[in-house]
Amino acid sequence: MLTRDLVIIGGGSAGMAAAIEAKKNGIDDILILEKDSVLGGILNQCIHNGFGLTEFKEELTGPEYLSRFAKQVEELGIEYKLDSLVLNVTKDRIVTYSNAVDGVVTLQAKAIVFATGCYERGPGAIQLAGDRVAGIITAGTAQKYLNIHGFLAGKRIVILGSGDIGLIMARRMTLEGAKVLCVSEIMPYSNGLNRNIAQCLNDYNIPLYLSRSVLRVEGKGRVEKVVLAAVDEKMKFIPGTEMEFECDTLLLSVGLIPYVGLLSDIGTEMSSTRGAKVNDQLETTVPGVFACGNCLHVHDVVDFVTDEGRDAGRGAANYIKGLLKQTKKIKVNPGDGVGYVIPQYIETDLNNDITFKFRVRKPIQNVFVNFKSGDVLVHKVVKPVLIPSEMVMIKINKDKLANLPVDEITVSLEERK
Amino acid sequence: MKEFTCIVCPRGCRLKIDDQLNVTGNSCPRGAQYAKDEVTNPKRMITSIMRVKNRENCVVSVKTSNSIPKGKIFEVMEEINKVSVNAPTHIGDIAIKNVLGLDADIVITKNVK
Repeated sequence: MLTRDLVIIGGGSAGMAAAIEAKKNGIDDILILEKDSVLGGILNQCIHNGFGLTEFKEELTGPEYLSRFAKQVEELGIEYKLDSLVLNVTKDRIVTYSNAVDGVVTLQAKAIVFATGCYERGPGAIQLAGDRVAGIITAGTAQKYLNIHGFLAGKRIVILGSGDIGLIMARRMTLEGAKVLCVSEIMPYSNGLNRNIAQCLNDYNIPLYLSRSVLRVEGKGRVEKVVLAAVDEKMKFIPGTEMEFECDTLLLSVGLIPYVGLLSDIGTEMSSTRGAKVNDQLETTVPGVFACGNCLHVHDVVDFVTDEGRDAGRGAANYIKGLLKQTKKIKVNPGDGVGYVIPQYIETDLNNDITFKFRVRKPIQNVFVNFKSGDVLVHKVVKPVLIPSEMVMIKINKDKLANLPVDEITVSLEERK
Repeated sequence: MKEFTCIVCPRGCRLKIDDQLNVTGNSCPRGAQYAKDEVTNPKRMITSIMRVKNRENCVVSVKTSNSIPKGKIFEVMEEINKVSVNAPTHIGDIAIKNVLGLDADIVITKNVK
């Protein structure tokens, strides 16, 4: 059987960063498998700017950002295969992929990094009521039609969900001559970045209706009308609050889910993020199999995806070099007010600091973030504002984690009085 | 006193600016400059696409090299939509020089082979 030291599934931001970092850590036999016909993943269609502020200290568009990493992949001589779909992965790290040139290929990898990104929730996931007609599409699909293929998905648009892709598309479609009637968000707060509400909605006088969702879609063959209604605290529609919009398209921006199709099949422990559980090296519970980027948890800033990709690339290199010895197993739990925490386990002493990444369940102000092990407060940080749409990252020195009373840490929020 | 959300980076600071152009709430100098521009001459970067003539079903992404006055956004879009380019394209190629005399070029942001 063909062998490879490291196979990286997905050539987007996370996968390219993982490959580059593994190469810099002495791994030469690397193969990136990318199903699209170009490297870069979703950034190819994210033509807006705002990428790279952490990574390059400048503001780049998505294609510019990805090109810097694609260039490094080329310069470092890292092998990649495009138009190549991974068909199967086993827990013994046997990877099967296919493309038009190689046919179906099976190879044995020493380590695998999953960098497969995420996918959009669709009408089924939110139990969208009404007619099943043409013109109901996800915001990301509309973005691909427009920015990759040059087709505008509709002329009069209602957007459901205030995620960043929906906000970006509200502006983008407005610029191309469509009329965006409103953005409707079921939650009492927006799930997008504040700057996107300012520059994508407010700039173009597009109203944002909070605590409102689509009651039903009407149309024959194509969307003709979308009816919104207000919801109460239990997300039940309130009669008498209906608002009708004549439109031809309903864009859905109602959340992203890590794509773990091949990963969950091999028996990795899964987390509430719907990605795999990982340790401080971003190794899943299947030895030698790593995960990073949006297939681990959905990020809001690509710079952090790149950074996480590097962590996974370094972890995989450590594994291949036989450095990943479990020295302990500390379980990391989300506590009060915290949705999830990554990593879920701390198992090695290889990193000087452990960066805990988490999201809060709802917007909250003036809180302590407490890291507790049993009754011992290991670390405490004050945060003035935390919102679910912004991932929180807190770094703790490994010495603080050396002598814990129990093999568990819980991350929780405590309101400051 | 005016209050608005900074759009310079994803952080989205809540900026306040008074009549003497004193800015508070910013986390960096770029935020302070943004607040001053926003009350005197609001500007925006524009990103869009252009047709690629010699490739089937192909467009290439473009941006303004500098931010342009907010009131000129749709006029600049019209200029962008008038132009198509030939592949190969390279990041940084200028598609329109000094668009509408606004001291900004329309620059290609994607390599198309």
